Amino acid sequence: MEKMVNLKINGIPVSVPEGTTILEAARKAHIEIPTLCFLKDVNCVGSCRMCVVEATGARGLVAACVYPVAEGMEVRTNTEKCRQSRKMTLELFLSKHKKKCLSCERNHNCELQKLSLGYSVDEDRFKGEDFVLPIDTSTPYVVRDNDKCINCMRCVAACKKQNVNAIGPIGRGFNVHIGSAFDRPLSESPCVGCGQCIVACPVGALAEKSNVDEVWSALSDSTKKVIFYTAPSVRATLGEAFDMPIGTNVEGKMVAAIRRLNPHAVFNMDVTADLTIMEEASELINRIKTNKPLPMFTSCCPAWVKFVEQTYPEFIPNISTCKSPQQMFGALLKSYWCEKHDVAKENLFVVSVIPCTAKKYECKRDEMLGDVDAAITTRELARMIKTAGIKFTELPDEEFDNPFALASGAGAIFGATGGVMEAALRTAAHMLDGSFEVLDFFAVRGSKGIKEATYLVAGHTLHVAAVSGLDNARTLLEQIKSGEKKYDFVEVMSCPGGCVNGGGQPTLSDSVRNSVELKEARAKALYSSDTQNELRRSADSPVMDVIYDDFLGFPNSHKAHEILHTSYAPHKII
Amino acid sequence: MDKKSDFHSSAQQTQKLKAVIEESRSTPGCLMHVLQEAQGIYGYLPIEVQSMIAEGLGISLSEVYGVATFYSQFSLKPKGKHRISVCLGTACYVKGSDKILEEIEKVLGIKCGECTEDGLFSIDSCRCVGACGLAPVMMIDNEVYGKLKPEMVKDILDKYKA
Repeated sequence: MEKMVNLKINGIPVSVPEGTTILEAARKAHIEIPTLCFLKDVNCVGSCRMCVVEATGARGLVAACVYPVAEGMEVRTNTEKCRQSRKMTLELFLSKHKKKCLSCERNHNCELQKLSLGYSVDEDRFKGEDFVLPIDTSTPYVVRDNDKCINCMRCVAACKKQNVNAIGPIGRGFNVHIGSAFDRPLSESPCVGCGQCIVACPVGALAEKSNVDEVWSALSDSTKKVIFYTAPSVRATLGEAFDMPIGTNVEGKMVAAIRRLNPHAVFNMDVTADLTIMEEASELINRIKTNKPLPMFTSCCPAWVKFVEQTYPEFIPNISTCKSPQQMFGALLKSYWCEKHDVAKENLFVVSVIPCTAKKYECKRDEMLGDVDAAITTRELARMIKTAGIKFTELPDEEFDNPFALASGAGAIFGATGGVMEAALRTAAHMLDGSFEVLDFFAVRGSKGIKEATYLVAGHTLHVAAVSGLDNARTLLEQIKSGEKKYDFVEVMSCPGGCVNGGGQPTLSDSVRNSVELKEARAKALYSSDTQNELRRSADSPVMDVIYDDFLGFPNSHKAHEILHTSYAPHKII
Repeated sequence: MDKKSDFHSSAQQTQKLKAVIEESRSTPGCLMHVLQEAQGIYGYLPIEVQSMIAEGLGISLSEVYGVATFYSQFSLKPKGKHRISVCLGTACYVKGSDKILEEIEKVLGIKCGECTEDGLFSIDSCRCVGACGLAPVMMIDNEVYGKLKPEMVKDILDKYKA
């Protein structure tokens, strides 16, 4: 049994396991110590000095996020000395911070702003040299404004956790700033666009590159038909931007809200998740039967695809040639839908709503350019809804437009790690053996970084793995390379926990992020919608029958290949 | 740093750097040492050298660059045949060494930290060379020049142009 330590925090007795930090122990006493550089599971370096407290046995103030508790310790978190120190720290941060709060994307959602208000700071107490650095807009997905940066290192830690290491601190003292090696633009770094840095940022130094203006102008252009579709995980998180509880499935309100922006139609991306499964499961079976390269890797995650192209080009033949659900949908609308409704391709404006920043890059890839006109994140959609004056929480629940409304539960779980794998297994197993009725593949569920399972289907032993987080992906690739591991099918999602924890999801306050298991809470919304769905298998969706009978013929047909599949190429980075 | 650099590594230099990386790579925290050795071999640390180090040690280029830019002892730009070092320590500064530095920059047409196009001179600042009695002081290579006045700068530099 672990040793317990007894201490008092603001006079309240607490008992916690040895090694616990003061910050964690305080939470047990229902006391929140303010933090800035600390972020649970991401960054714990004790550098910003916001969480300073008085503790017996310690000289001076100590950083609660890294200071371990001790038997009999008495901690004071809210003394005059603590408050004065924190206030001075904030004022020093602000002396160098570009205070363009009014138009800042993080206004009302900024940790620095919140603390500054709480501690009644004088933002002009220390007037010093302005630090003017260029704004990096070199990628299609992220904008870095270092004049707003407070050098908390959370973005660097998030990138390091992904083992991508595209950014780091540069220089020393007053000149320290975050950037890529040799101060090159981010577009020339190993960055894959996962956006984990954005959701880690406590201020407005990092944001997605917004495509909202393009969408507004398409919506007000009478010659354009604008079609929206939303990715599976957006409905699991959009409510957070309207202060609804984490894990609330707001599918109905989301559809109602988008409809009130007056597009031509609102479709369900779960439908092309199903379509992806039809194509991918067929491809997997084909690879197994014809001895093509295995394992097959999923291709839904553009950050993962970019990672392989840059870092492990030898595995390119292993990536499924299927486009992602976002790109399949765009391609289908610009061919099938346009044909059917006699609309010229140029007059259709396709907007995909995604939990992801890499998807902004994906739709700009040469191989697929033109399928999707604008990809906006969950955050951008929330902003549009607010700008339009739509009272989100008061909306009735509405349904997606036909013919792309109905999807299987397998399509819904695409947004969580293991979901694509499970969806594919449901259909692939059934394709191989019509009597195979298992629908729940529990071993690939949950937010663990690497999940492995073995299934016996129609005489084939399938070794599968579902991985989330690029550091885990790298580990797995190395194991496959060395021959230590052998798989037939591997799902990879770049963001830890999958798309529910994507770089385009609502940025929650530290207070929430440091106390809630976000990935699990959000994923629950998707799995419950799966179990409530009568259709559990993509192949059972009547919409699939319509699309194939009407247009594509059969999975992996020549036409399907032309429209729904793509190719990859090595991409050298410095 | 987008300009293509004129960096060239001779077979001997490459071999030397590779050897340093090889013997250091198993030692945790060896990056500083490797950077120092590399600077010894090449005189500075261009992107090509830092990339070799990153690859050789299995760490990211951004980490190497972060360390290289943190310590003032490392230079990302090539040094001249003659290295001018102007002391900006307290005593020299009080005696007007900033004016000396300004004059050198004016005469050579480059900024502190840079190298002239012909590769003859590079300028750096330093903190105290232990000759405060001679303040303000500068060093060119291993030669110390004291009790400087701005008008003396041009003649001193001309000596090295011959």
